[in-house]
Amino acid sequence: MSRVGVFICHCGENIARTVDVVAVAAAAARMPGVVHSVEYKYMCSDPGQQLVKNAIAEHKLTGVVVAACSPRMHESTFRRAAAEAGLNPYLLEMSNVREHCSWVHEDKALATEKAVDLVRVMVEKVRRNRALKPISISVEPTALVVGGGIAGIQAALDIANGGKKVILVERELSIGGHMARLSETFPTLDCSQCIMTPRMVEVASHPNITLMTWSEVESVSGFLGNFDVTIRRKARYVDLAKCTGCGECWNKCPAKKIPSEFDAGIGNRTAIYVPSPQAVPNKPGIDAKNCIMLTKGKCGACAKVCPRQAIDFKDVDKFETVKVGAIVLATGFELWDHSAYGEYGAGRLKDVIDGFAFERLASASGPTSGQILRPSDHTEPKTVVFIQCCGSRDTKMGMPYCSKICCMYTAKHAMLYAHKVHDGQAVVFYMDIRAAGKGYDEFVRRAIEADGARYVRGRISRVYRRADGKLIVRGADTLAGTPVTIEADMVVLADAVVARKDSRALAQKLGVSYDAYGFFSEAHPKLRPVETAVAGVYLAGACQAPKDIPDAVSQASASASKVLALFSKPKLDREPIIARVNRNNCDHCRACINTCPYKAISDLEIKDRNGKVVRVVADVNEGLCQGCGTCVAVCRSRSIDLDGFTDEQVFAELAALESQTK
Amino acid sequence: MTVLGYYPGCSLHGGGRELDLSVRELVRLAGAQLREIADWNCCGATSAHCMNHDLAVALPFRVLALAKEQGLTRVLAPCAACFSRLKGTNVRLANDPALATKMKDITGHDYAGGVEVISCVELANLLLAEGLAGKFTAPLKDLKVAPYYGCLLSRGQDIVTDDAENPVAMEPAIQAAGCQIVPWNLANECCGGGFSMSLKDAVVDLSAAILDEARAAGAEAIVTGCPMCHSNLDMRQLAIRDAGRSAGDLPVLYLSELLCLAAGADPKAIGLDAHFIDAMPLAARSQP
Amino acid sequence: MTDTHTKPASSQGTQGPFEPTLVAFVCNWCTYAGADLAGTSRLKYAANIRIIKLPCTGRIDPLLVLKAFESGADGVLVSGCHPGDCHYTSGNFHARRRWAIFHRLLELTGIDSSRLHFSWVSAAEGQKFADLVNDVVAKVRQAGPFDAVNPARRRS
Repeated sequence: MSRVGVFICHCGENIARTVDVVAVAAAAARMPGVVHSVEYKYMCSDPGQQLVKNAIAEHKLTGVVVAACSPRMHESTFRRAAAEAGLNPYLLEMSNVREHCSWVHEDKALATEKAVDLVRVMVEKVRRNRALKPISISVEPTALVVGGGIAGIQAALDIANGGKKVILVERELSIGGHMARLSETFPTLDCSQCIMTPRMVEVASHPNITLMTWSEVESVSGFLGNFDVTIRRKARYVDLAKCTGCGECWNKCPAKKIPSEFDAGIGNRTAIYVPSPQAVPNKPGIDAKNCIMLTKGKCGACAKVCPRQAIDFKDVDKFETVKVGAIVLATGFELWDHSAYGEYGAGRLKDVIDGFAFERLASASGPTSGQILRPSDHTEPKTVVFIQCCGSRDTKMGMPYCSKICCMYTAKHAMLYAHKVHDGQAVVFYMDIRAAGKGYDEFVRRAIEADGARYVRGRISRVYRRADGKLIVRGADTLAGTPVTIEADMVVLADAVVARKDSRALAQKLGVSYDAYGFFSEAHPKLRPVETAVAGVYLAGACQAPKDIPDAVSQASASASKVLALFSKPKLDREPIIARVNRNNCDHCRACINTCPYKAISDLEIKDRNGKVVRVVADVNEGLCQGCGTCVAVCRSRSIDLDGFTDEQVFAELAALESQTK
Repeated sequence: MTVLGYYPGCSLHGGGRELDLSVRELVRLAGAQLREIADWNCCGATSAHCMNHDLAVALPFRVLALAKEQGLTRVLAPCAACFSRLKGTNVRLANDPALATKMKDITGHDYAGGVEVISCVELANLLLAEGLAGKFTAPLKDLKVAPYYGCLLSRGQDIVTDDAENPVAMEPAIQAAGCQIVPWNLANECCGGGFSMSLKDAVVDLSAAILDEARAAGAEAIVTGCPMCHSNLDMRQLAIRDAGRSAGDLPVLYLSELLCLAAGADPKAIGLDAHFIDAMPLAARSQP
Repeated sequence: MTDTHTKPASSQGTQGPFEPTLVAFVCNWCTYAGADLAGTSRLKYAANIRIIKLPCTGRIDPLLVLKAFESGADGVLVSGCHPGDCHYTSGNFHARRRWAIFHRLLELTGIDSSRLHFSWVSAAEGQKFADLVNDVVAKVRQAGPFDAVNPARRRS
């Protein structure tokens, strides 16, 4: 005989405004099996939870329904309260009468009626709930960090300094990411190399960190605490154990005119190369697409000069599988390709460059040694136009969002330009100046007031190259209400920050969700900003949304603390929502075994006392089962069921709808 | 494409006579036929939609309804303004289900879409797809050409399929005719449009900039598809020259004229001798 | 509570237009969260829907859909994660495959296809969820009360 308690929350006015909570409580009191029904202003508050706990003891409740917000919000809160009162937490269910009812309907009568239905459905379900025990699983105390930019480096160092092992996977030849390419950083103008390279070196030398550069995540299986990750170690054609990074090879390489990715195409590199002089590891790899030996079969200049015979043209991709307990995604961002803008020259104008190209021009270690020289003729530009929001906040280009970092780095560019070209004029076209952050607005004001950048609010309608090489920039000054034409020598576009082209593919390997733009989704936009919906997978940096360095570092440290908390216990409890096989009924058709996405079901031989196999049935591995229930739907003999969502429970829910509708 | 509806509009009977002659010749050379819509009326052009939106739709609506009644499924509107009005009406009908009924009340005709409208640029590309290049027996070898689209052949998101900021639709035909396309910057710049009469100074300013830019880029001719652009760049070039803004020697061709020349047509038969800026020397560039 | 609109209206021929009952089977990770987002965004949609949460659309046995109809639903909506986004990697593909066959079977039994709807709604698509519910409710309303044609409920 079930004794169910129903607790209806007003959520202040959030529920009570559209749902007659008193009527719902009264209706619930009349439902079969309900022995107690009350409403309260804030059920999730301390006194509210106490109300639930007291009622469990006083009324000897065997089941509880809390009609309040979404279970995604407070199910764990109330289940913990139930457990504290001695009731198995899985005997408590929530009716979502806020997100699914009071907030989405306006008519009070209809909303109240629906709330009663939702409560009745859960009452019928909870009467059939079974006490479940959490499943204990072991945790492999090694973290995988994907991406070796500043976010990945910070996360890796924090976890490693916390005493746990880290595997850091980086797809490029060197770690450092975008930050290593920057000249100076806002709002303090400290040199990026100076603050970045010590950390890169620390990663390489840290005893707890295994660094895998030129590597990518190939596949992921397993679950929280027990992920199996296969890593593709791409053919580098250079044996890192032998190579000393002496540089003989790249000095001799005859393929010298390859645009350098690190230098945003401003400088060139060779086919065997290190991305930058500060690379970590400071050892080269061969770009197979441009290597003469690998494409045409003859050359081998690098192999001839290598004093250590470290070059192996027969190298192939290798795969390595590692076991990790947690994964931090720190795969960063890309800049949008502005060639989609016909009005900015459709990518054909050499002197129309993006922010990274300007960083490389301004960087002391860049191809121009820090001199601002425009790419077409290597002269010093005397007028530079900076165009903000290039792609960002443009719904037509598919990016309605603000890229967040461009206002700041454009102000920095204008400043660096003024510091390097004293007789130059920087003109910045902006839509709004978004400089929220410590010391940020002061920084923009400095660019305008101390360094003389001319800020014009307005958009650019056209950039084209006149026969004499000048770039004609035409637009509107929307504050003055006049058209503007500027004869510029160089134009710098603040291209939108976009997700990596393959971010969706990586997300799908992990089961992590992503937004419409390919940025990874956090578990909760406010309260769980570093977790994903997949337990054990965390986010750091711009792979989640456009972010500047301080924000990326903060999130990386937050992710690291989550990982360290997870690793602080050797075992952890997991939700017991798993499939169960009725062995008496199973006729071993293997449909579930073939269907299970986690390979959690296998054959179980049932033997008699002589050890002779009498029957074979399906058997669920509790550690592997994730509780999707796909096996239940394919079972032909109804011999497998899902705890928490049994056929009996769902049928009862449906029947509960009927009892009032007819 | 054997039979194609033809909507000449006002300008092809007036200032744009060369466009009319050359389009008819081009279609003939390609082995197709034009059938002019009987009893056609004004498309409304720039004036109607400044005065009355219903009128601006009703005029082209009637033309399209007539085309449908006369069994035409595809209509060529060589004038860019006519093209924009006619195709724009199809787009409006598709977006607003109530519009057809309203237009029926005004015009007394039934029409709800279904007549495809093509521009002279689209015509060229259609003919190319059907093997027009094989008829280019006298290509204009290495003639340096600046393709000029103006507004009506580059803009209107639902009307023109080309990139409004970087139009390229004329390039395949121009290249097939043997010409070389110069990279230039003002292919979709305003020529002054309908202000040719009322604000001549503005047209002189705007068109002079286009001519200067084309010349600086090394063009020997500008190629366009719009009679309005043509009159501003060709006829007004004399006023531009008199204002000391230009040498007055840059011929402006219709795309259809260029293609006819490459196919060995008689220059006079397509009206090449009717230009204000002498275009006849270009005919000599055509080499069998 | 006075139900001016609910089910019996049609069968009893009382006031108000017919208001259908729509049962929605949704997965916990995408569509349930999408419905939550519709709520947090304060979007409004028809109150005819009753959501039954399951871990994954892969859990949805065709029998559940039949049970829903048997229990008096006039329409059923099944919605899960977009292809490729399944929290359990492939449950929604199983659901889709099952769906492809099952809806033909339903048609064969005389259940009009306008009563059964399948959709993908991600956790980011609150607006899509609200629009979907309104759309499906409108279609089911058009299809009319199911009682009349429901063999499980037809009384002699």
